[in-house]
Amino acid sequence: MKKIAKDQLALLWEKIDQNYQLFLPIAKEKAVNFSTWKEGAEVDLDALRTVNSPKNIIFPQTETYLTFKKEGKKLGLEVVSRDEEYVVFGVRPCDVASFKLLDNVFLGEPVDKFYEENRQKGLIISQACLNPEETCFCNAFAINPESAPVGADVATWDLGDLLLWEAQSEKGKAFTEALSDLLEDVSEDDRKKLDEVKAGIKDKLEDLPLVHVAPEKIEGGLKEIFASEVWDELYQRCLGCGMCTYVCPTCHCYDLKDYNGNGCGERFRCWDSCMFSDFTMMAHGNPRTTQKERVRQRFMHKLVYYPNNYESYACVGCGRCTERCPVRLDIVKVIKKLGGERNEL
Amino acid sequence: MSCSCHADPLVPVVAVVDNIRRDTADIKTFQVKKPEGGLPFIFKPGQCAMLSVPPLGEAIFSITSSPTQQEFLEFSIKNVGKVTDCLHQIEVGTEIGIRGPYGNNFPVEALRGKDLLFIGGGIGLAPLRSVINYALDNRSDYGKIDIVYGARSPEDFVHRNDLYQNWVEQADTDVHITVDREFEGWNGHVGFVPQYIEELNFSSDKTVLVCGPPIMIKFVLEVLEKLGFDQKQIYTTLELKMKCGIGKCGRCNIGDKYVCKDGPVFRCDELGKLPDEY
Repeated sequence: MKKIAKDQLALLWEKIDQNYQLFLPIAKEKAVNFSTWKEGAEVDLDALRTVNSPKNIIFPQTETYLTFKKEGKKLGLEVVSRDEEYVVFGVRPCDVASFKLLDNVFLGEPVDKFYEENRQKGLIISQACLNPEETCFCNAFAINPESAPVGADVATWDLGDLLLWEAQSEKGKAFTEALSDLLEDVSEDDRKKLDEVKAGIKDKLEDLPLVHVAPEKIEGGLKEIFASEVWDELYQRCLGCGMCTYVCPTCHCYDLKDYNGNGCGERFRCWDSCMFSDFTMMAHGNPRTTQKERVRQRFMHKLVYYPNNYESYACVGCGRCTERCPVRLDIVKVIKKLGGERNEL
Repeated sequence: MSCSCHADPLVPVVAVVDNIRRDTADIKTFQVKKPEGGLPFIFKPGQCAMLSVPPLGEAIFSITSSPTQQEFLEFSIKNVGKVTDCLHQIEVGTEIGIRGPYGNNFPVEALRGKDLLFIGGGIGLAPLRSVINYALDNRSDYGKIDIVYGARSPEDFVHRNDLYQNWVEQADTDVHITVDREFEGWNGHVGFVPQYIEELNFSSDKTVLVCGPPIMIKFVLEVLEKLGFDQKQIYTTLELKMKCGIGKCGRCNIGDKYVCKDGPVFRCDELGKLPDEY
């Protein structure tokens, strides 16, 4: 295990930036989000949760993958190649876990090569959560906020003046080696302090209001849950704004679109949302005609369909939807309702 | 300009439209092949392909030709939206994008030796035609073939040559045609497909392959149940809005199954386990 004094971090960013595109939680106009580091950027490692998840780094909100050119009856198609290698620093354990959930979808057969290429070009550095907030419920999905999460190439812990640094993957070890002039070995005292900090995080978790959210309490088979009367009431306040799918680190629905540039143009992929009325609209009609079907689809996907296919819930308890939904229709309420707490509002 | 090779399933290759036939006022059948000739890919009956007409985008269509037809793929396409309207405007020799094949297929191996009953409504004949022609090209492998086809009017028949000539000329093959209501000059059967199936009173040992509007499929299944057919003997093929074709864009699921990847062909007992949202 290595460490770096936090007042040295600017040097670390500079060094990483020489060889990689570096993403960090950066404050801009009072909102902290992952964005590309530049000298003078207002890095904020204390912000527990970025407004948007880092999903857009591995699965961009918009990405052009093909250009086309039409000349008379002829059609030319060219694949657009990817960007440079990148490092994401400060990914919280819940968001690291969400990458694995996206991997299940995009790296399953047939493999999405654009996503695969993008993943291979990235190095993920996690940061443990010292101060889980009231909206956190990652523990409901067996995620430990104090941990070095599986899927992070390097795991870090903020101990106040120090940042502890543990390389996990081969990629992470080589990366750590290349930064050896900035990182030093930890002392026995540092390790002891880390253990104390970890134990403290666990204690804090016990006091949080959503700690007992239990998706495994949801009872019944797929068709039974689908037919549940819970949906009749739940959907009614949904505005169909799509905010939940936008901030959700595990939502992966997308659209493919062409941009017309007069004879030539490009095809791009962009995020889409199952909350939108035209999402499933086709020539012979729409199988999800009201917001009830759309709300049901989103939560059934997270809590039933995805688990049936990948043996894991498609939620990491990051709490973004609980914070952002304008009508407070979030997954915690749905889990409680489906789990038998019918009085939950 | 040629397409650069890339293994990503979202990237189309260039293909050329070699022949266009008008079937009805709003349906045309297109023959598509590689610019240098031949099929863009190998496929099985019941599979689909995504056709691209930049800058209008892509849409998914079932392949209506049989894999035994090695020179070109055929697509019967109804003009219902932006992409299909563009396809209806193009001329022979135009290059388009194509990617696929997508989805599962009708189990043509497991169907060997069985009597087959095909039930199609409107443009729903398109995916069935791939299997019908496959079975007829391997005639000795299959038993009696019955084809029931219905359309809104006599002007709405797709693949008229097959319905009236190619298929009826085949040994041990019967074609039963109906239209929704009376038309002047129409002397054939009048009535909806499910009702016609009941009148024809097929023996329940046949294996059924059905495709048409969702409402037709639902009523046909009810009639087949009444006639004593086991759900395990009935296959259908479904269509929902699709963008990726590979089970990732999140649009075409029925419960935990994606029509583009786990379908489009479903055996009816399997379909029965899924919620009614299609």
